[in-house]
Amino acid sequence: MARFGMVIDTKKCVGCMDCVVACKTENNVPEGYNRDWIVTVTNGKFPDTTLEIQSQRCNHCDNTPCVSCCPTGASHIHDVGNVVLVDHEMCIGCKACVAACPYDARFIHPDGYADKCTFCIHRVEKGELPACVSVCPTHCMYFGDLDDPNSEVSKLLASRKNHPLMPEAGTSPRIFYLI
Amino acid sequence: MNFIKELLSDRDKVSHNLKMIFWGIGGLLLLVGFYGWAIRFFNGHIKANYGSIVTWGLWVAAYIYFIGLSAGSFLVSSMVYVFNFKKFERIGKLAVFTALVTLLMALLSIWVDLGHMGRAWHVMVFPNFKSPMAWMIYLYSIYMLLLFVEIYFLLRYDFVTGSNNETLKGKLYKLFSLGSTDKSEESKLRDKKIVKRLATAGVPIAILFHGGVGALFGVVAARPHWHSGLFPILFLLSALVSGGALLTLISSIFQEGWSKNKEIVIELGKMVLALLLLDILFQVSEFLVAYRGGIPGHTAGFDLVISGPYAWVFWGWQGFIGTIVPIVILVLPTRKSPRWVALAGFLIAAGIFGLRLNIVIPGLAVEEIHGLTSAIYSHRVDPHYFPSISEWLLTFGIVGFGMLLFGLGEHFLPTHNESETESLSESKV
Repeated sequence: MARFGMVIDTKKCVGCMDCVVACKTENNVPEGYNRDWIVTVTNGKFPDTTLEIQSQRCNHCDNTPCVSCCPTGASHIHDVGNVVLVDHEMCIGCKACVAACPYDARFIHPDGYADKCTFCIHRVEKGELPACVSVCPTHCMYFGDLDDPNSEVSKLLASRKNHPLMPEAGTSPRIFYLI
Repeated sequence: MNFIKELLSDRDKVSHNLKMIFWGIGGLLLLVGFYGWAIRFFNGHIKANYGSIVTWGLWVAAYIYFIGLSAGSFLVSSMVYVFNFKKFERIGKLAVFTALVTLLMALLSIWVDLGHMGRAWHVMVFPNFKSPMAWMIYLYSIYMLLLFVEIYFLLRYDFVTGSNNETLKGKLYKLFSLGSTDKSEESKLRDKKIVKRLATAGVPIAILFHGGVGALFGVVAARPHWHSGLFPILFLLSALVSGGALLTLISSIFQEGWSKNKEIVIELGKMVLALLLLDILFQVSEFLVAYRGGIPGHTAGFDLVISGPYAWVFWGWQGFIGTIVPIVILVLPTRKSPRWVALAGFLIAAGIFGLRLNIVIPGLAVEEIHGLTSAIYSHRVDPHYFPSISEWLLTFGIVGFGMLLFGLGEHFLPTHNESETESLSESKV
């Protein structure tokens, strides 16, 4: 069973926001809402500083507060790659998952259901890469199976220094940033 | 001044005037509420100010407030029907009916907050029992059924004896009696036994479902402001305080309360004071634990409460009007005057709404991670929240609806029968 995850190289990322635009276009994300976004973090103290550009989105956590709090089971873990998805037809829009997500990854679509990054599962199931990964001009984003030791993402994680976002939230996020 | 003097000169007149004020306010609120309802139905959530960060706003605060009132007044009514507390017997029916009306108000408030109002039934048909919300919804559905059945058996005898085909009241009673025509004393006794059993079963259900509302917030690990083991208990205590306080006010206005419920109002005032002090102890301990630990994520929500842009809700509304003033009223000799005690009840009930707002909004307005809000500029992604006009008006509309429903029920439904008190104490049900 695959366990999809993402590795993003913050050394290569230039923060062009192509991933943001690609996601908006591919998934028809309404105005005022985003499934992914760019955050720039400055680490260290002047003059010894580094800039980390993070392309953030749903972390498709292993331990999912958003799935366990959903009263109807609309929020669920998909069979393919353990991707966390929302069944739009089932969702009642109670917003419990929006409140439960420590990464602010979810929002209520103007049509009334909870929405968020799907890892472009509709593309991945056809063998394509997620839209954000496929458009990245610096090739700084990698998508693959974290359980497969021979996948590109696993090799990168084994060879490069990396960190997930806010591991202390205890959700075991599956997006890692190379630093 | 003369007008006020005249208002207060005659007890029956006072009662009558208070009722007129009540009907007036209720009708006005219901009317302005229609604007909010129209916006909600035609524009969805677009005109509401909650967004992706503060995702629960005024309507959720109103929901936990109303459902707290319901649980609180039900538990007060259980003192009569379970523990046979004779002093409150006159307001027993009033308390159960208040519980039903406030429950309906709560359900309306949370219904409009749903993204898909038409799918509310999904929770009943496709429940996920890992979710505290699903538990809560099942529990309060059982509670609502129980309330309806309890009210039926509480009033059945009066419905049957009062039913006729001439007056509107008689026709209504005939309808409400659901075909029952048994006027015997045995049936009256049987009803009392059923009510006692239902009320007894209701106590754990009321505690569970309101504790469940607290747990729904308490389990959200991403929100340190809510993530506390005290939360379910704090919710229950606040429910008892607000329910008791509201009943203090109601029993002084309704059912000739101004002249006949004096003792009850004063007694309720004492009870509410004790509960309020206990509630303060719990709230203070939440603050002390947070600030002694000093973990930024934990204290951030409390910082917002006591020094954020809406600190006046805490200091002015919840603290001064809702806590200090009523405590002073209930401690000073004014505690012996039902008029003052009723005022204190009103202030406490209003103050607890501030407490509910201070639970829901600061918990969400503090971000765990400063990502999204620094990346995107949109009013949907803004930790700063103030309810929009349509949100306020819809909430007012729900309050108006509740007031009118309560007023109608109080007017039409059978009230406490004075002779019953003696017969009950003799028969020892």
